[in-house]
Amino acid sequence: MSAADNIATILSSGARLTVPLAFAACGEYVAQRAGTLNISVEAMMLGAAFGSIAVASATGSATIGLVAGALVGVAVAFVHGILSHRVQINTFVVGLVLNALVLGLTSYLITVSTFTGHQVWQVDIPVLRDIPIIGPMLFVQRWPVYLLLAVVPLTWWLVERSRWGLELRAVGENPQAADVSGIEVNKRRRQALLWCGLLAGLGGAYLAVGEVGSFNQNMTAGRGYLVIAAVIFGAWRLGRTLIGCVVFGLADAMRLALPALGVTMNSQLLIAAPYLLALLAMLVFATAHREPRALAQPFQRGTT
Amino acid sequence: MATLGIDGTGQRLLRRLNPGPGGWQVGLATVATVGVALGLSALLIAVTGGSPTASTKALYQGSMATPAAWSTSLLYVAPLLLVAVGACVSARSGFFNIGQEGQVLIGALAGAWVGLRLAVPGPLLLVLVLLASVVGAGVWAGLSALMYRFRGVNVVVSTMLMTFLAQQLISFAVNTPWLLQESRLGRGTLSPQSNPVPENARLASLGEYPNLQLNGGLVLAVVVAVVLALVMARTRWGFRLKMVGLNPAAARHAGVRVGALGGIALAISGALAGLAGALLLTSPVGTNRLQPGMSLNIGWDGLLVALVARNNPLLAIPVAVLFGVLRAGGSFLAATGVPSFLVDVVKALLVLAFVAPPVVIGMLRRRRLADQPATPTTPTTPTAAVASPEPGDPSVPATPTASVPNPRGTAPEPPDPGDAGTAGTKDAMEGRLA
Repeated sequence: MSAADNIATILSSGARLTVPLAFAACGEYVAQRAGTLNISVEAMMLGAAFGSIAVASATGSATIGLVAGALVGVAVAFVHGILSHRVQINTFVVGLVLNALVLGLTSYLITVSTFTGHQVWQVDIPVLRDIPIIGPMLFVQRWPVYLLLAVVPLTWWLVERSRWGLELRAVGENPQAADVSGIEVNKRRRQALLWCGLLAGLGGAYLAVGEVGSFNQNMTAGRGYLVIAAVIFGAWRLGRTLIGCVVFGLADAMRLALPALGVTMNSQLLIAAPYLLALLAMLVFATAHREPRALAQPFQRGTT
Repeated sequence: MATLGIDGTGQRLLRRLNPGPGGWQVGLATVATVGVALGLSALLIAVTGGSPTASTKALYQGSMATPAAWSTSLLYVAPLLLVAVGACVSARSGFFNIGQEGQVLIGALAGAWVGLRLAVPGPLLLVLVLLASVVGAGVWAGLSALMYRFRGVNVVVSTMLMTFLAQQLISFAVNTPWLLQESRLGRGTLSPQSNPVPENARLASLGEYPNLQLNGGLVLAVVVAVVLALVMARTRWGFRLKMVGLNPAAARHAGVRVGALGGIALAISGALAGLAGALLLTSPVGTNRLQPGMSLNIGWDGLLVALVARNNPLLAIPVAVLFGVLRAGGSFLAATGVPSFLVDVVKALLVLAFVAPPVVIGMLRRRRLADQPATPTTPTTPTAAVASPEPGDPSVPATPTASVPNPRGTAPEPPDPGDAGTAGTKDAMEGRLA
């Protein structure tokens, strides 16, 4: 294989590893802008991955499975929203419990049931795929990948240009001020979580019915935490968050590809890189106050 | 440890268990939610074609039926309890540490390093191993405190991210021959694990009463739990810790060095998680080798134990026993056709069952009393109070606002400058000056 082929392979697999992260990161970005440091994104992705395969297996349609997976993500988000923004249990506690619950539940259910594999169809654009290096990466992918082309601008528009997004950001920056302006703080936060659940669900479902075609125990394997790292690395800006996802995806692809290419590189460092980068980003940019000011602070009317 | 007698300690203990107004409602609600959690678990078994009674029996037989089964259960209890007690300390201070899983591994790494590299005779080596794990993991968690102190990095986020760093650090250590990877015996391939720590660095079993083996680690863990419970309940330091957790702004006004105190709490919680890691290394839970998977999710589970125990170190003892029992029993489940993952579901549901009632009842009380118009500058009940929900805990005289579940139930007087929490954030200041 030529060097160009190698690069094309790494890029293409990097793109595939980036996609689930990018979907979920768009969601997590919205949740965090609204002030919820949502760690149950892992549960959303894992539950969605399981749900998509279960439904795809039952209906025989991977597309219906994908939709069902997204809905599972929404369901997890709904529970999280109720528990942390209505009942006011600490959001990290809720996240931890949901992660543990979904991991246990999916592991249990996959052990007692058998599902047939399903995979959504692949887009393969005849001429464009022959473009060297970037051709396979851009033009030979499972179709949900191209949903990103709609999801990313939509998320940006929702947060930056719509009234809903303005209120959302207000809720994330200064809930007290938002509250006296007549915005229902916890309702907006719940809504942001639902959007997060939908997209994290899409990401998780893509992982199962798009990338792998089946479900195995703990198949997200910490990707949810990677998504949180991406949002932090991206300093709560959508574009940089997505760049973070691409960097993390490429690091993962290189870890998988380098041994086959005969290059020895420290795989532990590559796995740890995203978390290290996120920590460094927080340390370096800490004084820039880029994070939503009310991030991870619960809101109760009448309290500061 | 203290018994529930009618002496002073017992009464205090009883009072701690009864969180004042709404306490009995919380108790009853908890009983109900635990019932629901167990019912849901039984339903899950039944729906997937298993038999709930057979599963319960298997859980019992694997964990409590024989002295040998108890021995297995109690082996898990010690590290779970240590992690949980640490989590109680950090959660009390409001510096919520969720990185125990990584700190357990770092503790084991430091312990293994000392145990394998130092040639010290006798039980001194064991002491050094335990000390190294405490210091190693304490420093590791302390890094998060430093990041918060100097760069304002969110503690939850940094402890979480550092868990993944720790996992890769261990993986690196046991994959690198010049670090801790096992030495080659013959011509077999090298596994990603260290050599077993020497005999004199292992925790001895404290006698065998017919078949019941009590490991020294358990005694250590219970002593640590009781001591920290006393420290938190009876000393000035413990009082300050609580103050910081319930109302950092008030604590700062009262002259408490919030950052330093929280940092110490974080380091303690890391150190205890590290000690749990050393127990996993030195007691017969595992193979006495450093391995990437050796933490057995004890870090995450210990955190759940603290949540169920509502951040009370003494309550953490029975809860840790319960979780240890579930863990040991889980391995017997497979024989009945029910996957052992059931135990994880049960644990998560139990946590919800214990965490939700106080918060829900607090909310309902607030709603019922919320007739007066809202006052935007009413003092705060910060995050930690939600994590340690003891509405109206009578032992918190210094933070009156936090001890009253309904801030609006109090007369909305104009807050005086030294009042708890009003100067908490810039927003509050602005609101007060307006």
